[in-house]
Amino acid sequence: MTEPLIYDYSSPGRAGITMPQPDVPLASFADLPNGLVRDPQTLDLPEVSQLDVVRHFTHLSALNHSIDKGFYPLGSCTMKYNPRINEETARLPGFAFSHPMQDPLTAQGNLALMYQLQEWLKEIGGFAAVTLQPAAGAHGEFTGILMMRAYHLDRGDAARKKILIPNSAHGTNPASTTMSGLEVVELPSDSRGNIDLEALRQACGPDVVGLMITNPNTLGLFEEHIEDVVKLVHGCGGLIYGDGANMNAMVGIARPGDLGFDVLHYNLHKTFSTPHGGGGPGSGPVGVSERLADFLPAPLVAIVEDGDDDEPPLYGFITPKKTIGRMKAFHGQFGMHVRAYTYMRVHGAEGLRENSEVAVLNANYLLAKLKGAYYLPYDRVCKHEFVLEGHWADAPDVHALDISKRLMDYGIHPPTNYFPLIVKEALMIEPTETESKETLDQFAEVMLTIAKEAHESPQVLKTAPHVTPVARLDEVRAAKELVLCCRPLPEWAE
Amino acid sequence: MSYIPHTDADRKAMLAAIGVKSTDEFFADVPASVRFPDLDLPGPLSEPETMRELQELAGSNAHTGEFSCFLGAGAYNHFVPSIVNQMIMRGEFFTAYTPYQPEVSQGTLQAIYEYQSMICALTGMEASNASHYDGATSLAEAAVMAINHFRLKRKKIILSPLVHPHYRAVLRTYTQGMGLNIVGDDQLDLTLSDLVPLMDTDTAMVVAPYPDFLGGVEDLKPIADAAHGVGALLCVVANPVALGLLTPPGALGADMVVGEGQPLGIPISFGGPYLGFFATKKEYVRKMAGRLVGETVDASGKKGYVLTLATREQHIRREKATSNICTNQGLMAIAATVYLSTLGRNGLRQVAEVCYHRAHYAADRIGELSGYTVLRDRPFFHEFVVRCPRPVADINAELLDEYGIIGGYDLGQDYAHLDQHMLLAVTEMNMPDDIDDLANALEEIAKQ
Amino acid sequence: MNIPADLKYTKSDEWVRVDGDTATAGISDYAQTQLSDIVFVELQSAGTSLKQGESFGSVESVKAASEMNMPLSGEIIETNAALSDSPELVNQDPYGNAWMIKFGIADSAELAGLMDAAAYQKYCDERAH
Repeated sequence: MTEPLIYDYSSPGRAGITMPQPDVPLASFADLPNGLVRDPQTLDLPEVSQLDVVRHFTHLSALNHSIDKGFYPLGSCTMKYNPRINEETARLPGFAFSHPMQDPLTAQGNLALMYQLQEWLKEIGGFAAVTLQPAAGAHGEFTGILMMRAYHLDRGDAARKKILIPNSAHGTNPASTTMSGLEVVELPSDSRGNIDLEALRQACGPDVVGLMITNPNTLGLFEEHIEDVVKLVHGCGGLIYGDGANMNAMVGIARPGDLGFDVLHYNLHKTFSTPHGGGGPGSGPVGVSERLADFLPAPLVAIVEDGDDDEPPLYGFITPKKTIGRMKAFHGQFGMHVRAYTYMRVHGAEGLRENSEVAVLNANYLLAKLKGAYYLPYDRVCKHEFVLEGHWADAPDVHALDISKRLMDYGIHPPTNYFPLIVKEALMIEPTETESKETLDQFAEVMLTIAKEAHESPQVLKTAPHVTPVARLDEVRAAKELVLCCRPLPEWAE
Repeated sequence: MSYIPHTDADRKAMLAAIGVKSTDEFFADVPASVRFPDLDLPGPLSEPETMRELQELAGSNAHTGEFSCFLGAGAYNHFVPSIVNQMIMRGEFFTAYTPYQPEVSQGTLQAIYEYQSMICALTGMEASNASHYDGATSLAEAAVMAINHFRLKRKKIILSPLVHPHYRAVLRTYTQGMGLNIVGDDQLDLTLSDLVPLMDTDTAMVVAPYPDFLGGVEDLKPIADAAHGVGALLCVVANPVALGLLTPPGALGADMVVGEGQPLGIPISFGGPYLGFFATKKEYVRKMAGRLVGETVDASGKKGYVLTLATREQHIRREKATSNICTNQGLMAIAATVYLSTLGRNGLRQVAEVCYHRAHYAADRIGELSGYTVLRDRPFFHEFVVRCPRPVADINAELLDEYGIIGGYDLGQDYAHLDQHMLLAVTEMNMPDDIDDLANALEEIAKQ
Repeated sequence: MNIPADLKYTKSDEWVRVDGDTATAGISDYAQTQLSDIVFVELQSAGTSLKQGESFGSVESVKAASEMNMPLSGEIIETNAALSDSPELVNQDPYGNAWMIKFGIADSAELAGLMDAAAYQKYCDERAH
């Protein structure tokens, strides 16, 4: 099953839509600088009918796995149900057709929504202030690290250059650090999957900007010495950055701010159900403790005039005193803010806490069902996800990747592979709270079948998947030949 | 109350299978002093009540569905064909994750491959990535790429002051830890040719807008030649709809072309989610940040698509990666692809021409009014500057309250020498009657 | 695993062949196996002077990227142009056609710090377990 390129449907003269014809006295293109009027022949876009476009993209969509189609136990990604009401509220004309540069006085509904969302995220994380500007988790991380750097520089402490990062961390953590002009110091993990406290003690010193920590970590384990970790880092003058990728285990369970975290990014596309969109748009708001509040990116939404019984408050944009600057044009991924607001409104505090509890219940249930057939390197109560090893000594040819590909034959999306790096052949499984017991039971059954196949007929796994639109793809060829564009350029490119 | 499917019986059975009495036991390792906080959040609402509350919030905004809008300044009110929303509302697109598993993600992968191809065609460049967060962050990533291209040996970025003020701000925020020297926009009235004397062998990148923030269009060739003369790269910040009418930057010497893809079928939505496009020459692809889809074949020789050159990225390079980006604006890129497919070669040209003609008609009408002067020292595309007889904020308030018109952008906010100057944008959404209404309203406002 | 006896090796898996006051360097058979299919080789240009341990280029497979470090201090005289079009040579012939750079040796005393074939064999064996 394949679909031709949209260009393959193209025929000169076809059009997919009627747009207005010029209907005012025509201005001359001669006003434009010489040679700057484009030769229409160089505008190489397809010429197709509207039905061609509908069929093409409908066919393409059918080639995807998605939450709507089936189970998606992708660790670290929180592939929960994307509620449909969110999609409708985000498209209400007052939201979708308001302009980012219009006078805030004429967009009070938007500002009120953003203000409330800031307030709720403050409350959920235990923070003094929140920015909604970052466009994704990694963007939030970068924002956080820049604020930590700015905080130390503002205190006249320019000697701090190091960010401590556990070896179980997401790759974005060290990359964000480098982008901020700081150095990474990697910390080992202990045998229970925690940060190695002794190594942390050694690393803490007057050159430390702070520690980046994911809690629960990427093994799905809660940091057992979290209070000691915070104390050590704060003790040497460093700050604690929380990677909020795993907040779906923590909402209503513990507030990172109460644990002493100074910064945390939320992933609205994980914890608060905004859709992943096949790879974005995400949204990565950042919460901070009091001492970092002045460094937040500008602008923030604030109440600029209090309301009373008759009048709602007046909202406006403000610039924090020592702001690191702007991380993005305009006000962040506003459409995602509307979706997250909607989600929180439907749930309330109790509903959000229940989501975390059930996410953790589902993960532990699956863990209990699978840990006999698959090796579990860190055998503890997990939070919302857990990591198994996708490899057996008595089935040496089968790797985690083969298990993943075989799952596709059963209509299930693979878990996250080969991450975290500290587990060999990792299979990172996160079921989320919106999956039923029946779905989990079916998945467990499939996983047990695959474990059996791995020992009895490994070739079935090695050649999987068998029923997907394409078989395994030649990634070496893609990287070597680098065909990134299907159209030749006109000759100016020569 | 929520989207959890479990019955009480399910919960009991699951807890028993795990061997615990209640879910509280899962959290025994969370310090007791902070465990189970009472969150002060409003109580849950039913879906109808939630919908009502959101409708009320949305309803209190002025928006382009109710008012005629002449505001642009980086976000443009174009027509979004119904087909765009219908296609991206397919759950198979919007509830999918990043296409890391290509066998079950060919839909997203091929759509992004087509997106890359169309961005190349539009900009006249050889390679496009799968997109960045928005135009501003695309520009910041271009600077990071340029610096790395020169292995950190060139540290100067020359920035036209007529690049969008937000983009310039984001570029500075991004690079604050990199020790760069960003010049050119410290004087806000510099033209492109004024930037040439700033260029030297420490210059990594020169940034030129096309059209610029004030709507003006200048030939890029001279600045491209000057930049290349000192060995620097030229990055052009372009408006994609304007490229329907204007010669593409790739034909004028650009090394990177970045910009905001929102005009391509994405609603203005109070500033996001949008689409940062990023295109470059093939020789720089390995230094470019962001996801990239490439064509290949499967085990049976069938054509297919994969994410490629992942070795540039954070999950492999970690602290050695030049960017931390690990997403794109996937769904927005698909929206733009549907939009460009639907309009096609002739449709995009037509939209660009209508914008151009109507904007010039608007400029002519307003230029005739006493008290108003249209700045016409430079040719423009669909946005232009008007000197006003009164403060722009006052005029805008009256336009909205008395005439139901969302007026232009107050340039005095960003450019001190343009106090009392308004930036007006005209698209295919501004019908000739709307333009006449605006001119009449401005005339009356000037008399008060 | 192929470990020619006439070469010296580094802890970061480069090999070096000394010929008077110049030397040739590349990556070992062990390194190319670990990386799997090489898809890209990038080398610093001739004329670049580097200290021992500094990066003279990088190799990439689809799943990993690795810096290559100078086995000895020196100035690069020539790079292997064939590798930009045929990176697979690194997998096929790491000690022959896939040589990476020729360089002038700045300090031959540094040679003493490198491993011989026997020591390198042992070093590879240790990491295999």
